[in-house]
Amino acid sequence: MTLTLSPVPHPTGSLQPQGWLRYLSFSTDHKVIGLQYLVCGFLFYLVGGALAGAIRTELLTPISDFLPRETYNEVLTLHGTVMIFLWIVPVVNGAFGNYLIPFYVGARDMAFPRLNAVAFWLIPPAGLLLISSYFIAGAAQSGWTAYPPLSITTPATGQIIWILSVLLLGGSSIFGGINFIATILKLRRPGLKLMQLPMYCWAMLGTSILVVLSTPVLAGTLVLLSFDIIAHTGFFNPALGGNAVVYQHLFWFYSHPAVYIMVLPAFGLVSEILPVHARKPLFGYTTMVYSIMAIVFLGLIVWAHHMFTSGTPPWMRLFFTIATSFIAVPTGIKFFNWLATLWGGKIALNSAMLFSCGFIINFVFGGITGVALAQVPFDIHVHDTYFVVGHFHYIVYGGTVFVIFASIYHWYPKVTGRLLNEPLGQLHFLLTFIGFNLCFAPQHWMGLNGMPRRVAEYDPQFALINQVSSVGALLMAISTLPFLVNVVLSAFRGAAAGDNPWNALTPEWLTSSPPPVENWKGEAPLVQEPYGYGVHPGELSLSASSGRDIWTMGDLDSRR
Amino acid sequence: MRIPAAILTLLTGMALVLTGLWVGQTINLLPEDASLNAPVYDELFQVLFSIGTILLIGIVGLIVYSLVRFRRRVGDSGDGIALEGNLPLEILWTAIPAVVVLFVGIYSYDIYDRMGGMTPLNDHSMHAMHGEAPEGRTWGGISPVALEAETQEPPLPIDVTAMQFAFIFHYPDAGITSGELHVPLGQPIALHMQANDVIHAFWVPQFRLKQDVIPGQPTLLSFTPTRVGRYPIVCAELCGPYHGGMRSTVIVDEPDTFASWVAQNSPAAPPAATTAVQS
Repeated sequence: MTLTLSPVPHPTGSLQPQGWLRYLSFSTDHKVIGLQYLVCGFLFYLVGGALAGAIRTELLTPISDFLPRETYNEVLTLHGTVMIFLWIVPVVNGAFGNYLIPFYVGARDMAFPRLNAVAFWLIPPAGLLLISSYFIAGAAQSGWTAYPPLSITTPATGQIIWILSVLLLGGSSIFGGINFIATILKLRRPGLKLMQLPMYCWAMLGTSILVVLSTPVLAGTLVLLSFDIIAHTGFFNPALGGNAVVYQHLFWFYSHPAVYIMVLPAFGLVSEILPVHARKPLFGYTTMVYSIMAIVFLGLIVWAHHMFTSGTPPWMRLFFTIATSFIAVPTGIKFFNWLATLWGGKIALNSAMLFSCGFIINFVFGGITGVALAQVPFDIHVHDTYFVVGHFHYIVYGGTVFVIFASIYHWYPKVTGRLLNEPLGQLHFLLTFIGFNLCFAPQHWMGLNGMPRRVAEYDPQFALINQVSSVGALLMAISTLPFLVNVVLSAFRGAAAGDNPWNALTPEWLTSSPPPVENWKGEAPLVQEPYGYGVHPGELSLSASSGRDIWTMGDLDSRR
Repeated sequence: MRIPAAILTLLTGMALVLTGLWVGQTINLLPEDASLNAPVYDELFQVLFSIGTILLIGIVGLIVYSLVRFRRRVGDSGDGIALEGNLPLEILWTAIPAVVVLFVGIYSYDIYDRMGGMTPLNDHSMHAMHGEAPEGRTWGGISPVALEAETQEPPLPIDVTAMQFAFIFHYPDAGITSGELHVPLGQPIALHMQANDVIHAFWVPQFRLKQDVIPGQPTLLSFTPTRVGRYPIVCAELCGPYHGGMRSTVIVDEPDTFASWVAQNSPAAPPAATTAVQS
């Protein structure tokens, strides 16, 4: 009898696959799922990047000579969809959210581990479906916005596959959002108050509220659009009495909050990275929390600024201008707080910090052009031009993707127990930063001077500046190489990191690297001051590092 | 002798503001202006450009300064100062952006009003639409013509049909149909726009004007050209494979040149028998 029982797994072991195989399994471990999201997202990033390369190659010359015109439109549609729905949203939400949130709330896993695994495993089939549409019947050709009547008149198969794929990805996103809300609100370790949570929890709470409120609207809209395509209903088809602008309202009701779904988690991640590497508390915790919630609220009522040239009534333009401009206020608060976090710190100029500062610079640029775009008369000239292309790449690439890289440099030692190579990381930053700005800064000028977006051919006067932009894109492509080499080699040969190489205080660092299956051996630590770095001026002992109880410098002066 | 930090900050701030204003005044990123509302637009652009430059240089300067001055020296493993917040400072940097943003919003509203964007459209006689307008409603873009119609000569009506992948211009008074838009200098033009198939957008960068042309929504756009020349008309909304090739030209002529163009191109028969004449 004992012989027959011996193959039964060790009591402490798991029924799930161990070793690398678990990353291909239906694992319910939040850390495995987080890494699944990250690696899967990165593979799609490479696909999206290759598509971007095809676009920039086509635009080297003013005539349409590299790709057939239909293919060019398929490529730009796939590029937008892949980058948004398969790279940025899954990675900043799913990857880092799943990996970090249970640590931050002091839980051993997410609230709904199986739902979590389902949410991830919707992504690979949806992504493969989307990409395979190109090979099966030709992909959708109407841009990631899929405005009718164009999306109704372009080949139907590709468009329907696109809709199915986005519906699956939206479902995955909603599952994830529900899970984050439940985990943050309900799984906090006893004794841990909401206002003691690391900032990324607040960012994910805000993001998940947006996901749950707005993604169903997109789903409904796309279902109606698919009826228009398959069943020839007339919801959005003017030829059948429908209204094309209604689609735009419904679409942007999701797709503007989607910008915050991509950007708020990045804000949260930066708020985790900066204090650690500047050795200072996060400046203005409370106002940071309120500004996240203000962005969530305002983000829901600004969608029509995408439609200033669509014949919207004047009062609507006025309202959406003011509402959009006001998002700059809470966003500005966050940026000033980060600058204040850096001020007076002892800043380690490592790759994580450089990418974070690159993010601040790029995002400020994108924010300034964003406030300008919110102004109706300004927008009317540059709407649907390369100015807008430049603007939103500064937000989603210069903003979010820079933060994704910063986060990988910051948390890689936690995940693998090894450090990434620092010189290679700095080379990666330098190439990315220069390439990115070279690629997208000139596009603002093109847009102001008359180059519309989504074109395969253009006025020859823009040829030189398009070539400059394409060189920037090439640099960005090259910049991925040192990163890939670094990530792969360091996993085997990197310097051992120890459990807490950055000497950080947030709970994920208070366990081994890589962490055990249920995050901590024994009780989860109660971290009430995730940002308690720093010494008071006048304190000589560097070891006394509790920087608490000081809200204003005024207290300090009065004490002296 | 050390200069107090407050004075240095003040001087830096002043230099920054002056740089921003100078940049906004001297660096021109826009194409030439050729319509009545383009200079108004450029005014707004200058203000936004100045404010943006000040903010960008200020913040980038602050980051670079912080990274250099507060960088961790070799061998130092200590912490920075334990400063967790400063309420007056927070209020300050909430208030300043709020005021700036409010100012920009109100200012751009004023600009928009001057460009004719806030004009209600259904109280004017000139929007007699050709073609079947559902409910008789006309959707409007910028419309300075409606604004100044009492004081000025009546606008020249032109019908614009956008289709995959061309703009067709029809002059109802003269009976001319053309692939290019000819307009006389200084006279208000009223474009009655319709789309046949998908959404297009009519954009003339030199006029700083863009208007989507949406099927089922007859749309009015008006402008007054102020500079003789040939300017591109660009379709700005993805409309299919040949979207990038959907371009045309607007030719702004002296009034008498325009009159002779009309005379040359008018069909010999009465305007009722419209023949397509390519200019």
